[in-house]
Amino acid sequence: MTENENITNDPIIICEDVHKWFDDFHVLKGITTTFKKGERAVICGPSGSGKSTFIRTINRLEEHQRGTIIVDGIELSNDLRNINLIRQEVGMVFQQFNLFPHLTNIKNITLGPIQVRKMSKKAAEEAALALLERMDIADQAYKYPAEISGGQQQRVAIARALAMEPKIMLFDEPTSALDPEMISEVLDVMRELAHSGMTMLVVTHEMGFAREVADRIMFFDEGVVIEEAAPADFFDNPQHERTKLFISQTLQH
Amino acid sequence: MMEDNSPKVISDKIPFYRDIRFLKVFFQILFIIGIILLAVFLYSNMLNGLSKQGTELDLTFLNSEAGFELSEGIDFDPSETFLKAFWVGIVNTLKVSILGIFCATVIGFFFGIARLSSNWLIRQIASVYVECFRNIPLVLQIVFWYAIMLVLPGVGESISLFDSIFINVQGVYLPSLEGTAGLIPWVWYLLAGIILAIIVVLGLAAYRYFFQFRELHETDRPSFISNIIFGAKWVAAPIFLAVAIVGWFLTPEVPFELLQPELQRFGFVGGMNFSPEFTALLIGLAVYTSAFIAEVVRSGIQAVVKGQREAARSVGLKESQVLRLVVIPQAIPVIVPPLTSQYLNLAKNSSLAIFIGFPDLFQVGEIMMAQTGQSIPIFAMIMVSYLIMSLTTSAFMNWYNHRITRIGR
Amino acid sequence: MENLTFTQEVKPPDTKKGPVKWLKDNLFNTWYNTILTCLALVFLFFVFRGVLTWVFTQANWQVIPANLQIFSIGPYPLEQIWRVSYVIYGLAVLLGLSAGIWNGLTRQITVVIGCLGAIILLLPFATSIREQTLIATVILAVSFAIGRNKDNWKQWVVVGWVLSFPWTMMMLHGFGADTVSTTLWGGLLLTLILAAVGIVACFPLGVLLALGRRSQLPAIKWVSTVYIETVRGVPLIAILFMGNVLLPIFMAGDFQLDKVIRAMIALTLFSAAYMAENVRGGLQAIPQGQVEAAQAVGLTYPKATLFIVLPQALRAVIPAIVGQFISLFKDTSLVAIIGLLDLLGIGRSVLGNSEWTGLQAEVFLFIALIYFIFTYAMSHVSQKIEADLGVGKH
Repeated sequence: MTENENITNDPIIICEDVHKWFDDFHVLKGITTTFKKGERAVICGPSGSGKSTFIRTINRLEEHQRGTIIVDGIELSNDLRNINLIRQEVGMVFQQFNLFPHLTNIKNITLGPIQVRKMSKKAAEEAALALLERMDIADQAYKYPAEISGGQQQRVAIARALAMEPKIMLFDEPTSALDPEMISEVLDVMRELAHSGMTMLVVTHEMGFAREVADRIMFFDEGVVIEEAAPADFFDNPQHERTKLFISQTLQH
Repeated sequence: MMEDNSPKVISDKIPFYRDIRFLKVFFQILFIIGIILLAVFLYSNMLNGLSKQGTELDLTFLNSEAGFELSEGIDFDPSETFLKAFWVGIVNTLKVSILGIFCATVIGFFFGIARLSSNWLIRQIASVYVECFRNIPLVLQIVFWYAIMLVLPGVGESISLFDSIFINVQGVYLPSLEGTAGLIPWVWYLLAGIILAIIVVLGLAAYRYFFQFRELHETDRPSFISNIIFGAKWVAAPIFLAVAIVGWFLTPEVPFELLQPELQRFGFVGGMNFSPEFTALLIGLAVYTSAFIAEVVRSGIQAVVKGQREAARSVGLKESQVLRLVVIPQAIPVIVPPLTSQYLNLAKNSSLAIFIGFPDLFQVGEIMMAQTGQSIPIFAMIMVSYLIMSLTTSAFMNWYNHRITRIGR
Repeated sequence: MENLTFTQEVKPPDTKKGPVKWLKDNLFNTWYNTILTCLALVFLFFVFRGVLTWVFTQANWQVIPANLQIFSIGPYPLEQIWRVSYVIYGLAVLLGLSAGIWNGLTRQITVVIGCLGAIILLLPFATSIREQTLIATVILAVSFAIGRNKDNWKQWVVVGWVLSFPWTMMMLHGFGADTVSTTLWGGLLLTLILAAVGIVACFPLGVLLALGRRSQLPAIKWVSTVYIETVRGVPLIAILFMGNVLLPIFMAGDFQLDKVIRAMIALTLFSAAYMAENVRGGLQAIPQGQVEAAQAVGLTYPKATLFIVLPQALRAVIPAIVGQFISLFKDTSLVAIIGLLDLLGIGRSVLGNSEWTGLQAEVFLFIALIYFIFTYAMSHVSQKIEADLGVGKH
């Protein structure tokens, strides 16, 4: 485990008593937490525990119904401008990649910068190529997503999110849909990103990654955070029964 | 923002022009206002246009004397009202649609299955049939059949099939089933049978629900409705059939008789007569739609993937069982929705009757417009009639789809 | 050395091929298939004998070559016929260039059209249109040769296709004093134009209605749904009549549209509802994740729709749109009822000529053949497109 020298004391995401219902189902039951600039948080928990819903509320893909979320000083509310601003500040990587199948990889990446950030086409493409270089897939730039492997697609998706130069990156189970042999190439990229000082919220079941990279692990169960701790404490000295069970189950694999 | 250490929250108060909740309502109101303005504009134009034509919106004409004859349909006299004439049109539309749907289904299923035959020649004939009739505009087919009807031999030289079907320039003559003096008593027997069946079924259901299964827990106990369905299936149908059969023999006269058309001095008398217009329209609608139905059937059966059939065979089912137990139950849910929309198309296409002068609801409406000049209300009546037909059908479709998805495919 | 370890190749057991085997497998494999085959052969014999006797001995085909020009352009004035020719030449240039640039389906279509041109040249009775056909075919071939491998022309050719539509209309109508009123448009020309206008003009309206029906805003959703379901619930002929009878009442002032334009409006309003349902099918097929990903990179609703949702949705429904075009093409035959001289209308007016009375079967069959050729070709193309889309899915 490496010490995170990038972590600061400035809070960048503040959640206070965040609630969310799907119809009658209470998914998030009052989440209160603060993420600091440069922090790497891993969120884990059994499926249906609300962890994905939680990070999706942070860029307003899901609307929270009670409480406040403040991202980079902007409150998420019904203010159209704020939502647009926040989505530019927050990059997101999905479980199913969600690349745009009708666009080449490089166009997938340049779409946001050109349309939202109003970059010139040339500058956007240069930046995109640099990102693909960083992801080690520069040679796939002009192919379509369907023509490359899952691991490569997920790296394009990460590049797409990074192209918007976000301050925060959200990862929603980025390796769950990948074949085992491709997981490490995506995790490598994420590791590199973590060391560059990016603020990251990662929902994942990759406990090795969590132990190595995270500053904090949050354990979700039934819509509440039942335990949060630094990886060492979390893995070696879990407090809750649920957490113990979860750790023993996931580490068996 | 970078130099700020403490996060400051941008304004709690959202200006209304950026508030999503406000914008949503605002856009909808704007949209509705736009629609209303358009409607008002059209309405004032309409009033202008009507006054220029010298007519006024007026529905009283519906009760005045029509003054025109209709070539066929339920009895209609020129002295009857416009409303009655319109009703005759509706009945004619329903008649040709229902008969057309029946014929199109039979022919369509025949050719659809033929397209999947293992016999190459049959397959080819079926696909030529489908390709030909589906790629030629229906109206062309209808006027073509009508042209054929008009060059058929005269009454004297009628083409005769089995001495009971006669085809000539005046149309097609078929034997018909006519009710006799025995019909009314028999209908009473049928009613009695229905009532008896209902009583027995309700009683049985009540007995099963309150006594037989009383000990079972609420969740295990068959519901009252399912008890009724059980009864309807196993008790009501036999009772009804028995009463109907007994009644058939108890009535003084056999309730129905077959009337053969017979050639007399002024043409055929007795039996059923399809006019040339009706026949041409019916053939056109049935043949055209059957080509589409054949495709629906074919793709429905093919949609039951090969794997399913192979799995069924591997369990050891015979070929006929595979078809009956595996293929058809899975193909039916695929077939029914497009089939219904073909039925609907057929009903709407029956409006092409106007090309050959068959008095369906559209043509009657057109005559009424020409007679009264009240085109707007009559159009509204035509539209509503067709809409009722299609909305009922879609309602059925939704109900059916709901049921199918609930069973789970 | 490794080769030695291969055992000798095992041949599959007896795979006899040939006509006898084929017959046995496909026509006489079981006893009931044998009976079916025989019955079918008898049936075919009688049908063919009947049809061939009628076609070669009883039918009077004179009516077709004598009216060929009327069938193709209707009462369009002869001294203005160069307009039609120029339109065809223009389209031939575009088609040829496209076939050169895009290989595959476009090229196949072009080859078929070229062959059709050649066949028309060889028809003995088609003298009146021989010269134009020759020029058009040559233009097609030449522009094909020019367009080969000119990849950088792509954009311009697309622009050309977009402009070809208004250009065609202006060309046919003419401007200034020298115009051909739309009432003089007829025959196959009018049929094709009505179908083209219907499908092109209904497209934007249909897309908007489809988006409206899937909108989260109830007012917009309900208005779109009511429009779509109402139009789909009534026959086209009722809408054509409405266009013809009611539109003049609803139009403001003394300005009145002529019959052809009214028919075009009716066809457009009608097919927009069907187009909307097709597009909606495509919209439904797009995973929610696409929209979310678009939102996550900061695209607003209009931009996400324009750049992400619509391109994918429309690509998915191309076959359905071709199918709709086919039925619209057939449906244009209904305009005959409001007095337009499309193929069917012109056929009926020819039959009204005392010289050609009683030749219904011949005329209707000829018109049916034209429709059949067009629709069959189009459905063939649509199947090809469907296959192509299925293979390279991006």
